[in-house]
Amino acid sequence: MKVLVAIKRVVDPNVKVRVKADGTGIETANVKMAMNPFCEIAVEQAIRMKEAGSVTEIVVVSIGLPQCQETLRTALAMGADRAILVETDVEVQPLAVAKVLKAIVAKEAPGLVIVGKQAVDDDCSQAGQMLAGLLAWPQAACISKIALAGDHADVTRELDGGLEHLTVRLPAVVTTDLRLNEPRYVTLPNIMKAKKKPLEVMKPDALGVDVAPRLAALKFEEPPKRGAGVKLADVAELVDKLRNEAKVI
Amino acid sequence: MAILVVAEHDNRQLKPGVANTIAAAGMLGGDVSVLVAGHQCGDAAAAAAKISGVARVLVADAAHYAVPLAENMAALVVSVAEKFTHILAPASGFGKNIMPRVAALLDVAQVSDISAVVSPDTFVRPIYAGNALVTVQSRDRIKIVTVRITAFDAAGAAAAAAPIENVAPLADSGLAQFKGHELTKLSRPELTAARIIVSGGRGMGSAENFKLLEALADKLGAAVGASRAAVDSGYVPNDYQVGQTGKIVAPELYIAVGISGAIQHLAGMKDSKVIVAVNKDAEAPIFQVANYWLVEDLFKAVPELTAKL
Repeated sequence: MKVLVAIKRVVDPNVKVRVKADGTGIETANVKMAMNPFCEIAVEQAIRMKEAGSVTEIVVVSIGLPQCQETLRTALAMGADRAILVETDVEVQPLAVAKVLKAIVAKEAPGLVIVGKQAVDDDCSQAGQMLAGLLAWPQAACISKIALAGDHADVTRELDGGLEHLTVRLPAVVTTDLRLNEPRYVTLPNIMKAKKKPLEVMKPDALGVDVAPRLAALKFEEPPKRGAGVKLADVAELVDKLRNEAKVI
Repeated sequence: MAILVVAEHDNRQLKPGVANTIAAAGMLGGDVSVLVAGHQCGDAAAAAAKISGVARVLVADAAHYAVPLAENMAALVVSVAEKFTHILAPASGFGKNIMPRVAALLDVAQVSDISAVVSPDTFVRPIYAGNALVTVQSRDRIKIVTVRITAFDAAGAAAAAAPIENVAPLADSGLAQFKGHELTKLSRPELTAARIIVSGGRGMGSAENFKLLEALADKLGAAVGASRAAVDSGYVPNDYQVGQTGKIVAPELYIAVGISGAIQHLAGMKDSKVIVAVNKDAEAPIFQVANYWLVEDLFKAVPELTAKL
């Protein structure tokens, strides 16, 4: 079975972003970029399935600027077989992502699509569920376990108050949660090997997809700051402050 | 303006975020309907009818709605969608699962996790783990919106119950089958509804040590949460996780114990009214958002705090 994994290049999650002084966006110039952490988990999952013999080929897709090729190379170094960049300088919103992926699915005919549950830049948490809707495929969002079993997959989803076990018919779209796996580190020999793996670049037009944004961002701003706190001497002082100053206990 | 709120419930009771989502819907200015899809969900529907601002409750009752599978729920919402200008749901696991599928089927964008309503087509939402706020405008014919429930006060009780109408259920999609739940047994309040939360991080050192926090939580009537680091280390289940990729909380009192304060954790709790941090590292970033902080060994401070309350 072929697996398609979609990955996003984002500002490194350890970087504290700043809003541009004129409020027109987020400062991304000279900021360290990385693969979205949940996308790493998605790539890792596909590789583990291939290592277990249930997957034959892993195709990774990214959508965005030419620099996304670096992110795709990372996925290839982890163990993906082939990469596709759908290149555009437009801000690609989740619905457009889902439409591009639907077009790629039509070309590649994967048995499973794995994506991250959320990108840590826009925090939308939409693309996987949208893709499943457009394809009329089953979806399993926020999975922490998956086992392929012939024409279906048994999955465990993380809920707000526990776990849910589902069986979804294949093909399906699943989105990864934190505890699905721990992504491997890429090694230097694998980085070298990844340079020789195929990476195809295409434009959204070639797929017949309109990626124009639907939502207009009118203004970006910093959230309100919290006031400076007080360092306390001991637990007794803390209890006193909570009782008599904050009055929360 | 005609607004539909998709209710999250367990067939008997509404989840706490529903009343907050109804409050957000009220700010759009218009007629608010609530959709309760479930199985033998009359109690949940009756509860929805008693929330202030609700004009009517739509009930779809069928065995395959007993658990809100995205495929069935999205199809049902789409079947009634054209009557509405806005469709809202809480930005919980429930809303995040269903609403993007609804949006895609309607070929409209979704505005996720709004923290304020500016106008009927313009909303504020946090991005980058809450390090920035963006004001977005949707020109789509139907606005699909999920609501950050901590950003809106819950709507109160109505003077009179709204009418309840039936909606025709659709056939089961058959795409996914529910096999079972392992729901966390709650002897304490739910994280997203708690007035006080006691949270532990990597500094807790082990699952066993979380008992210290549980003892403190029980003294305070608090919920227990955790940072991603504590979840990653296997100390507690994922549903304890507070942060950008876990739950967003805003209790009156948040006590962070052995939590350094990574950006992604702060994203989930920095709107709490009062934040207390206990950490032995005087440089921990959590202190930058704390109202009160103690530089002390948690294994000494937490039992002492529990004893003094």
